[in-house]
Amino acid sequence: MKTLWPQIERLLLGVSKPARYIGGEQGAQYPEHGPGKVAWLLLYPDTYEIGLPNQGLQILYEILNERPDAVAERSYAPWVDMEEAMRAAGVPLFSVEQHVAARDFDIMAFNLSAELVYTNVLNLIDLAEVPLHVSDRGPDDPLVIAGGHCAFNPEPLVDFVDAFVMGDGEEVAGEINEVVGAWLAQPSDERQRNDVWLALAAVEGVYVPSLYESSYEDGRLVATVPVQAGVPAEVVKRTVTDLADWPYPSHPLVPLTEVVHDRLNVEVFRGCTRGCRFCQAGMITRPVRERPAEQVKEMVSKGLAWSGHDEVTLTSLSTADFSGIENTVRDIIEDPVHEGRVSVSLPSLRVDAFTVATAAQIQKVRRTGLTFAPEGGTWRMRQVINKLITEEDLYSAVDAAFSQGWRRVKLYFLIGLPTERDEDVLGIAELGAKCVEIGRRHQKSVTVTASVGGFVPKPHTPFQWFGQDTVSELQRKVNLLREASRKTKGLTIRWHDPEASAAEGAMSRGDRRMGAVIERVWRAGGTFQEWSERFNLSLWEEALAAEGLSLHEVAHRDRGEHEPLPWDHISAGLHRDFLWTDWQDALAEAGVEDCRWTPCYDCGACTEFGLEHVVASPVPPAGGSQGTGQDLAAGGRIPVRLMTSAGAR
Amino acid sequence: MTVDAVAVEAEGPVSASRRFRFRFSKVGKIRFTSHRDVARMWERALRRSRLPVALSQGFNPHPLLSFGLALPTGCESQGEYLDARLEDVRPGDVGIGELPTLLTELLPEGMTVQAVVPIGMAEGSLQQEVASCTWELEVLGVNGEELQGRIERALAAPSLTVQRERKGRQTEDDIRPAILSLALIGEDTLEQGEYPNGRLRAELATHPRGVRPSDLLAALGTDVVLARACRTHQWIERDGARFEPLSVSGLGTDPIVEHAAAIGRAS
Repeated sequence: MKTLWPQIERLLLGVSKPARYIGGEQGAQYPEHGPGKVAWLLLYPDTYEIGLPNQGLQILYEILNERPDAVAERSYAPWVDMEEAMRAAGVPLFSVEQHVAARDFDIMAFNLSAELVYTNVLNLIDLAEVPLHVSDRGPDDPLVIAGGHCAFNPEPLVDFVDAFVMGDGEEVAGEINEVVGAWLAQPSDERQRNDVWLALAAVEGVYVPSLYESSYEDGRLVATVPVQAGVPAEVVKRTVTDLADWPYPSHPLVPLTEVVHDRLNVEVFRGCTRGCRFCQAGMITRPVRERPAEQVKEMVSKGLAWSGHDEVTLTSLSTADFSGIENTVRDIIEDPVHEGRVSVSLPSLRVDAFTVATAAQIQKVRRTGLTFAPEGGTWRMRQVINKLITEEDLYSAVDAAFSQGWRRVKLYFLIGLPTERDEDVLGIAELGAKCVEIGRRHQKSVTVTASVGGFVPKPHTPFQWFGQDTVSELQRKVNLLREASRKTKGLTIRWHDPEASAAEGAMSRGDRRMGAVIERVWRAGGTFQEWSERFNLSLWEEALAAEGLSLHEVAHRDRGEHEPLPWDHISAGLHRDFLWTDWQDALAEAGVEDCRWTPCYDCGACTEFGLEHVVASPVPPAGGSQGTGQDLAAGGRIPVRLMTSAGAR
Repeated sequence: MTVDAVAVEAEGPVSASRRFRFRFSKVGKIRFTSHRDVARMWERALRRSRLPVALSQGFNPHPLLSFGLALPTGCESQGEYLDARLEDVRPGDVGIGELPTLLTELLPEGMTVQAVVPIGMAEGSLQQEVASCTWELEVLGVNGEELQGRIERALAAPSLTVQRERKGRQTEDDIRPAILSLALIGEDTLEQGEYPNGRLRAELATHPRGVRPSDLLAALGTDVVLARACRTHQWIERDGARFEPLSVSGLGTDPIVEHAAAIGRAS
């Protein structure tokens, strides 16, 4: 194990933010590599400051380093100036802890959190001096694996990745370690990559794309099927049943330099049952599994003492839904150990006055901004996307916020949603204007920001069949909205670049043919496509055209009920007929309730794994069943489908 | 809460908070972190120490810490300073003498707390008081002999104009008045072309505008490349005498330190 530090050190005076490359975080581990230990390099394919806080990576880092037969270090994408300096000096990609060359590890494991990082994955493999294509790698090259939400459509990256891991990584990481360890124990001249592929494919939740082939007809995918015996026709995701068994990260990394989310994070539950139809995370992480409140408090207490942070975020897809959230928050704030000096933040606030009350309890001072996500501009639209927030909910939340001293309210919306009409887009401006008006009742000067993103349909969601809006259509809607809100003082519209949504869409639902496209974009210099100053849509359009594809074919086209989808052989547990039914309900503008408190829709997420939602409380969270369209307070039985007009107000 | 008798004597009126000056080093990999990064490291270390750091009043209370002159990112130092106000000074479980070890353990590798002393509330801030810094620089690009010649010419010149960036704009400054001393040091035992080529010691003034090692090297020629820089001392001038804000060697004879005030910690 040789360190590259002396060579790296010389480059650092000439690059921006050199602290990104030195490691040394509190919690960093310096394991001894050696025979009998599988060496993992955990990679986040974006900059250090974006990647370091990633919880999935930190969890695996600890779990692997606790094993006697594994070591794990980390690496992130060097920024453009550093990459240039490294290539000029012949310095390959390295780990940040011990500055060991990436190619000296047995496994390079990528976290795939966003589609626009795919070109960075290629760049990092190349910078590691590892053959770019799976087919060119030999027995001594590292195995390249990948996991994370984007792995649920692995097809665009199959040329470059030996194996993908679907779902929760806590258990499967150890199983992979054993398989790879056994393979590495064989003499080098007897080792065949095909052997380890077959062994990996036998591990539940692991997909080895080289053992499958896609067939096409008239330029469209027909099927992706195994080409070797003993390889499963469908790969089903892994699900950890009890989060209490996995209190990680227990020693969260505390960086030496500035990163995003620079605070303690404690995951309070995984999964979400609200059923927002646009939300891939909510669909693929079902069912809900809560961490026991006692363990949450213990992790917060220990984590703050360990890290020296004065702020903790309770993370999940909808933290206000955590059973007994009020008590948990109060216990944390009032814990004498923290001397009243700790602040708690809840991401993804639910839109209601109750949630604002909880926020007020947390944020006694410094009430600057609160964020809500109604997502759709009209009730009709919100029924389509199944985000069943009434205007009353929103206005009462906004009223509570402004009356209790908050001065800024930020609202998240999507445009380019299925069935969207101009009135839905204009509804965003109307909601925004009404919120400003409510604010003025309490304060002289208020700011409401409507942040608007272009919707990108994702695999394993009811909207996976939907053809996303073109760049020009999204731009037209943005302009419509800007024009409509121009006269409203106090309302600001912000929007996401529609061009980036188009490229994201191509990778989100592309098949194996996208590999050549991604490679072309990378070869043309298209790295860091998540960064607006680096993003370039024409690189993508040219690459698609060169491969006989188009944005229309991959992103903007509606798919039919029976059209084979590139991820048909990957299962997040959700039945395809459930997703299709939900898609039809969406088109019929019918919402469905949160299944935590209503009869099961048999989406498959629980039944496939013999699980149930693991929640501490059988009743909806305090504050009511907001967002579920149910009147549980009345105690009545609720129809499974809502009437289209029921909530129109 | 009892207020330490020593504190009362030293401060006059009863005050629950006292000022302390910390001296620390920053060497090794950690030199690539920024001044702001170092501030965050201290805030976290002090929180972990559970020492009663005084907080500012207002909507957004923050610890009352005051750092000296920013050390440029990439430079090492043997003499960095931090002034902190601690509340609730009383006989407790931590003596001042224990603080360096305690805090060094909580700070990242490469940062060592060398000394801590109480200072008067009326002492000037580090920013105001420090008048110059001594630097040791390792450079490459030109050999020792050539470097010696350039140093002599620079010192003989009436003015030395360098281009600097100031708030995003290029400015031209004469840095000659700020170069208080400059000399080649040590044996140039390294082979030609090896890393580094020469070592310099320079004392650079901090007012009206501080001169950075990179500014100095720019004045010696564009082919002189900085390989490593270490701030070895910071100097305060008073009544014509030059001394360090906290002298490490003088620590044992400081009468206040001998009566080491203890600092209480929340349990």
